[in-house]
Amino acid sequence: MDFVKWGLNPWGQSILTHVSWTLFWASLFAGVMFFLAHGSYMLLSAHRGRPGTETDRLEAAHANLPTRIERHSLMARLFHWVMAASMFVLLFSAFLPVVGVKFAWVTWHWVAGLVLTGSIVFHIIHASLWLDFWSIWVGPKDIPEFKAEMLRELGQEVPGPKSGKYPLGNRLYHSAIVLAALSAVTTGVLMMSRVRTPFFTRNPYLFGDGAWGLTYVTHGLAGVGLVGLVIAHVYFAVRPEKWWITKSMLLGWITRRQYLEHHEPERWPVAANRPTSRT
Amino acid sequence: MAVIHDVMPAFELFQPASISDALTLLDRYGSDAWVMAGGLDSFDWLKDRIKRPKVVVDLSQVQGLRGIKEQNGGLEIGAGTTLTEVARHPLVRDKFGLLMEAADLVASPQIRNQGTIGGNVSQDTRCWYYRAGWTCYRAGGNICYADTPTAVNREHAILGADRCVAVNPSDTAPALVALDAQMVIQSASGERVVSAEDYFIGPGTDITRMTVLMPGELLTAIRIPPTWAGAQFYFEKVRDRNVWDFPLLNVASAASVSGENIERIRVVINAAAARPLRLHAVESAVVGKPRNEQTAELAGQIAIQGAEPLRYNGYKIPLMRNLVKRAIRGGGGTWTS
Repeated sequence: MDFVKWGLNPWGQSILTHVSWTLFWASLFAGVMFFLAHGSYMLLSAHRGRPGTETDRLEAAHANLPTRIERHSLMARLFHWVMAASMFVLLFSAFLPVVGVKFAWVTWHWVAGLVLTGSIVFHIIHASLWLDFWSIWVGPKDIPEFKAEMLRELGQEVPGPKSGKYPLGNRLYHSAIVLAALSAVTTGVLMMSRVRTPFFTRNPYLFGDGAWGLTYVTHGLAGVGLVGLVIAHVYFAVRPEKWWITKSMLLGWITRRQYLEHHEPERWPVAANRPTSRT
Repeated sequence: MAVIHDVMPAFELFQPASISDALTLLDRYGSDAWVMAGGLDSFDWLKDRIKRPKVVVDLSQVQGLRGIKEQNGGLEIGAGTTLTEVARHPLVRDKFGLLMEAADLVASPQIRNQGTIGGNVSQDTRCWYYRAGWTCYRAGGNICYADTPTAVNREHAILGADRCVAVNPSDTAPALVALDAQMVIQSASGERVVSAEDYFIGPGTDITRMTVLMPGELLTAIRIPPTWAGAQFYFEKVRDRNVWDFPLLNVASAASVSGENIERIRVVINAAAARPLRLHAVESAVVGKPRNEQTAELAGQIAIQGAEPLRYNGYKIPLMRNLVKRAIRGGGGTWTS
């Protein structure tokens, strides 16, 4: 099975040209198999939220918290949905022709790519200046949470620690999507110099054949990787026990109980309501 | 090791005697099979070792693909009918002189005797970068060697380029699009009929193919409805060598005239893009107007809107403008009715 495709340049040299579409089918297969395997597992596994009694105790202790806790600002939600729409256009315009649905896909693809690029640039600036930048990243500080999550997956009752603002799986997914999306976007912007757009004077000789080959293969690998990642994301977004997270991406807030059930207040501190002053 | 280009490479040759046998073979071998009609496009590819099919299905023995018959006031032409037979057939001459003119201007008499109408409309592009075997976009790579700052691209596209700038070289294709022809495509799983306009596809839709034909499919017939029978036709082909060459550009038009004014019209240009282009904007603009210089000038100006020349093919823009003008008002090419 070939993972990449090779061709000949005018000098008779062997050059990389594309990723093999075999990997697209592999990524699609992996995404669907993950969906089936995880879905089956979830049917059989125990609920792994914080026990109700513990949540009741926490809710009593944090009664001064607002009943609705903001999880995603309007700008963060706008970014997410613009990025999601552009990602779907990118994936459908890239892979529908591969599966036999033929249409003029190139313009759709690069326009959606520019929208995605713009939204990512916005997100980086917004997250760096207005959000808690490090809350989404994974590091050594997350090892206790990782161990606790693994034990919960094995059916054990583990009191803590719970996650900060973002669950560990959420943050691991973010790392993967950052790698894939930035690879796709960076190579995609370079590849735009080879097609006709109003923005660049075409320059197919920006790089040599070898560098272009790597650019195309990287773009392809990122693209097929995103197929599996997006399937996983959509799957988790529609799972019943994750619906409260999806809903928060639509409405912007979660309830106080959801906050206490799924998060560690020390790791994601939320400002309490000010006591009402008496006159 | 040098390749001796006069010698055919090894492949398994099948010569089916019926359409059903041919379809069975194409179904069995799929993309490993090469369909050969007259062989005029095929032999270059095979001898140059650029295309290396495992199996060649030679259609020359399939009598069911040959012949022209009247059908519902129009015609049905077998895809294996030679271009000479098309150009000389009385029904084609009497009713659809546009196709007669187009077929008669293909290449040379010898080639027209051997070449088929199905092969003429389904032939691959003549872009020499592609035909030289380099891994360009059309060959599955990631670059168009004809669309680079130093490329020799005198014959290439001025419209509809999308990464690849190759053009469709067929003379009969624009005539069939102008006549609203229907292409009958058969495969082991059945038959589908697509309009001639939709039969040809550009690089934006599929950069590696010129037509909608998929592996396993065979163009078996071309149906020409009576819609334009006896209309006023115009066909003109401009080429470097008038005795034998592919078009630099060609234009085909079919028109019904009521009094002085154009009642309805089709105008199609080829060798300007990877597919024959029906000029819808021109057609809309000239309907209801008289066939005169003023209308022709308007049509010519509209036709070239959006044209983008490459380094060496800027001449195609005034050429296209003038061909469209002449297709509207006549002069230079052949009027038939």
